[in-house]
Amino acid sequence: MTAKIKEFPGVGLRESDFTERKVLFTEWKPDARYAWDAGIAIGRYLAALKEGRIIGVRCHHCRRTVVPPRIFCEWCFRPMDEWVYLEDHGVVNTFSICYVRWDMERLEEPLIPAVIEIAGASKGMGILHLLGEVDPQEVKIGMKVKAVWKPAAERIGAITDIRYFKPIK
Amino acid sequence: MGLRKVAVVGAGMTKFVRRAQETGKELAYEAAKMALDSCELTLDDVDGVALGTAPDAFDGVHMKGEYLSDGAGAWRKPFMRSYVGGGTGVFAPIQGWYHVASGLFDVCLVVCEEKMSSCQPHPQGAFLTIFDHTTERPLGPNLLWIFALEMNRYMQTYGLQKKDIALVSVKNKRNAADHPCALLGDPNITVEDVLNSEVLAWPVQRLDVSPVTDGAVALVLAAENVAKRITDKPVWIKGVGWSLDTAYWTNRDLYYPKYVEYAARMAYEMAGIREPRKEIHIVEPYDPFDYKELHHLEGLLLADKGEAPRLTAEGVTARTGNMPVCPSGGLLGVGNPIAAAGLMKVAEIFWQLRGEAGKRQVPGKPITGLAQAWGDLMQVGTVIILGIGG
Amino acid sequence: MPKEVAIIGVGYAGFRALTPEVSYKEFMYEAAVKAYEDAGVDPRRDIESFVTVAEDFTEGTSIFDEYVPDQLGAVLKPVHTISGEGLHGFIAAYLQILTGAMDIVAVEAHSKASNILTPDEIMAFAMDPVYNRPLRANPHFIAGLEMNRYLCETGATREQCALVVAKNKHNALYNPLAAYGASIAVEDVLESEMVSYPLSRLDMSPRADGAIVMVLAARERAEELSDIPIWIRGVGWCNDSFSLENRDWTNAIYAARAAEMAYRMAGIRTPWQELDFAEIDDTFSYKELQHMEALRLCRPGEAGLLVEDGATEIGGEFPVNPSGGSLGMGHLLDASGLARLLEVVLQLRGEAGQHQLPDVETGLAFGWRGLPTTSGAAVILSN
Repeated sequence: MTAKIKEFPGVGLRESDFTERKVLFTEWKPDARYAWDAGIAIGRYLAALKEGRIIGVRCHHCRRTVVPPRIFCEWCFRPMDEWVYLEDHGVVNTFSICYVRWDMERLEEPLIPAVIEIAGASKGMGILHLLGEVDPQEVKIGMKVKAVWKPAAERIGAITDIRYFKPIK
Repeated sequence: MGLRKVAVVGAGMTKFVRRAQETGKELAYEAAKMALDSCELTLDDVDGVALGTAPDAFDGVHMKGEYLSDGAGAWRKPFMRSYVGGGTGVFAPIQGWYHVASGLFDVCLVVCEEKMSSCQPHPQGAFLTIFDHTTERPLGPNLLWIFALEMNRYMQTYGLQKKDIALVSVKNKRNAADHPCALLGDPNITVEDVLNSEVLAWPVQRLDVSPVTDGAVALVLAAENVAKRITDKPVWIKGVGWSLDTAYWTNRDLYYPKYVEYAARMAYEMAGIREPRKEIHIVEPYDPFDYKELHHLEGLLLADKGEAPRLTAEGVTARTGNMPVCPSGGLLGVGNPIAAAGLMKVAEIFWQLRGEAGKRQVPGKPITGLAQAWGDLMQVGTVIILGIGG
Repeated sequence: MPKEVAIIGVGYAGFRALTPEVSYKEFMYEAAVKAYEDAGVDPRRDIESFVTVAEDFTEGTSIFDEYVPDQLGAVLKPVHTISGEGLHGFIAAYLQILTGAMDIVAVEAHSKASNILTPDEIMAFAMDPVYNRPLRANPHFIAGLEMNRYLCETGATREQCALVVAKNKHNALYNPLAAYGASIAVEDVLESEMVSYPLSRLDMSPRADGAIVMVLAARERAEELSDIPIWIRGVGWCNDSFSLENRDWTNAIYAARAAEMAYRMAGIRTPWQELDFAEIDDTFSYKELQHMEALRLCRPGEAGLLVEDGATEIGGEFPVNPSGGSLGMGHLLDASGLARLLEVVLQLRGEAGQHQLPDVETGLAFGWRGLPTTSGAAVILSN
């Protein structure tokens, strides 16, 4: 059928059509605000972050210790058995060097997001965070990193209580 | 297997453009109308409508399924919208399939629409909110991060280089030059062009990525007896499969899409396919980024783990190769209006199996094709297998 | 004759105005665990497909589908999200079993309305961006317009609407699941703050948090697993024109068409006689009346009279919303229809406790997606 049809519908416009007001359009900025209940598992996670610690949970059935914590084991579909304090260092599972912001504007300093497997948790159990105090070209998968915390007075119980993870020898 | 047979009997699509003049409703209408015209049916012949469309934040309408419903032909008809992120484009026909296979409907219209350009200043902004609101969003993540993290892990696991992957972008953008609706078809693009393009989030470069796009696609599905009256070339839905992995993506090894494998196995079992490499003649895997085509070919069990780049380099996946992959030009070449992009792939298989793909037609007489989409947080695999004859 | 499918398990959490102690995941988990226990199934082993119901802007997360599998036991299983009414999700689960490809499917819907800080702005965001949003009116004006036209054309009165409120909130006093049971009088409703004339504050159902999970099974499995499977007799769903300019302001045509489809499947010709009771969307007081008429439970204009006569009370000839409806239980956003269905299940099983209806065999649940939509779905069950 694509062979038979000559003209497909759809008119493409250009940026200038909008800036020069050649087309009519309406604008709207939604006011969409939420306050999500942290709940039991993440509530505890955040409270621990405020104290400068990372906490995970363990399922005795499949014997995984996971982070971020959850009240149920999604594999066994049963409640988790115990809270386990984890280390605040780990290993880089994967990373990227990001040069642009979400609106595609170039950043002055590149950001280095990474998935960091936290020591004390089962293999492969990582969290998303940023790397810092490191030359982007030096970052390697498998690199050992440690959390750099905000001072206690500045910690509020958020993932950003950890500023970033930096390499350790 | 005792299941009611369902066929695709018509298809239609709009051009995929950067910023469409048409509203989302109008895009949906154009595609739906073309699909109905292609098999000479009218809205009166349609028993129900299944719409697939991805984040509401793009079009800038909450409950956008409702807003699009009349454009999609659902005036005073049973209407449902399914939504599995990027996997939606291939899930929508699966939803259409269960509408008809249930026995309650004979004809179902499947429509997928996306108007990403409404989201200003950049549609990427809509993706900021896909991350966990408490454990991830405060870090200021953007969509490129997760692709880059996954691509890096994949490359590292198999010792791949950018040039191995860039071949996919080149193949697909060149294929797209023959697609009348394509946004980014380029018959002359080379691997050097891709490797020289701006680094966005290493290892992702600009030409590794498919662009933000507006567009819509529609299919008409019919039950066996009705399908045979409508067309002498019905394309049968042989198998469907879908699977969703855990939301805790940082607890998974991203080098391999297990959920794609599970979805594929479900579809292969339903279709009675035991040797996919031999029995699937055309493949349209989801390719929003070039490495994803490779990642998905492996998940679909059409390439051994780590071997997809070699198949590409050897020309196996070229249009004239042994197993053509993305003969349409894929998302990299035609464009990526998320849900519509997935359905475009299903439409491509439909046209290819009927010999109606014009300049994109793969040689030989392909009998069975597979389309796959992917989405959420590296999480969902949706697979559909179509076959002609019998 | 479609395959026979039954509900073999239900589970729920809430319903309350606030649920600060649990995240949405933990809330869903609670409802899921109860439903699976009730059904006697292990989701990891027995449930072949899962359907959840969610809208991004209701949750505050794009592609909310991402966040559902873990707490439902659905990891690496077929899961999909329906952005629609809870009953649409239920029907999607039913359709999958009818295909013959699956035997046991679960459906989930929830509301964490308490987590939404700007609900009316988000509702406005659902309106047509070119024709309607620029008017910058609180979207409840749509209900005001419709209520006004409905009262005018049918002769129903604000007092009759107020009786619906009084009835439902009173019913809710006997329902431990309900969040807003109260003894109020017609005067209280008529004198309450006007929101969008003639819709007053008490004509509107207040929002609540709640989570509901149901497990459906094809006949052989249903009979194996459950002592009291509740059979699906008919389903129907329909969308009318989304456009405000083109819609019928008196009649809920989406409801009429949805019901027609369900009645046809169930072989029902005189609903008032052949059904024993109904749980019908009452997001706004007048909606219960309008929907009753659209569902052919009575003629246009008669619903108000039936309420006046007490015919739709719990002890009446045809109880409507014995649970208390949304007015009494709390509005669960898109999960409301599933809350209506939950009550039908509990009544048919004889598990409705203090507000149990005697000798019921067949019930109807009808859900509407709320403003600004014209989207509804109906399900008929029997024991």
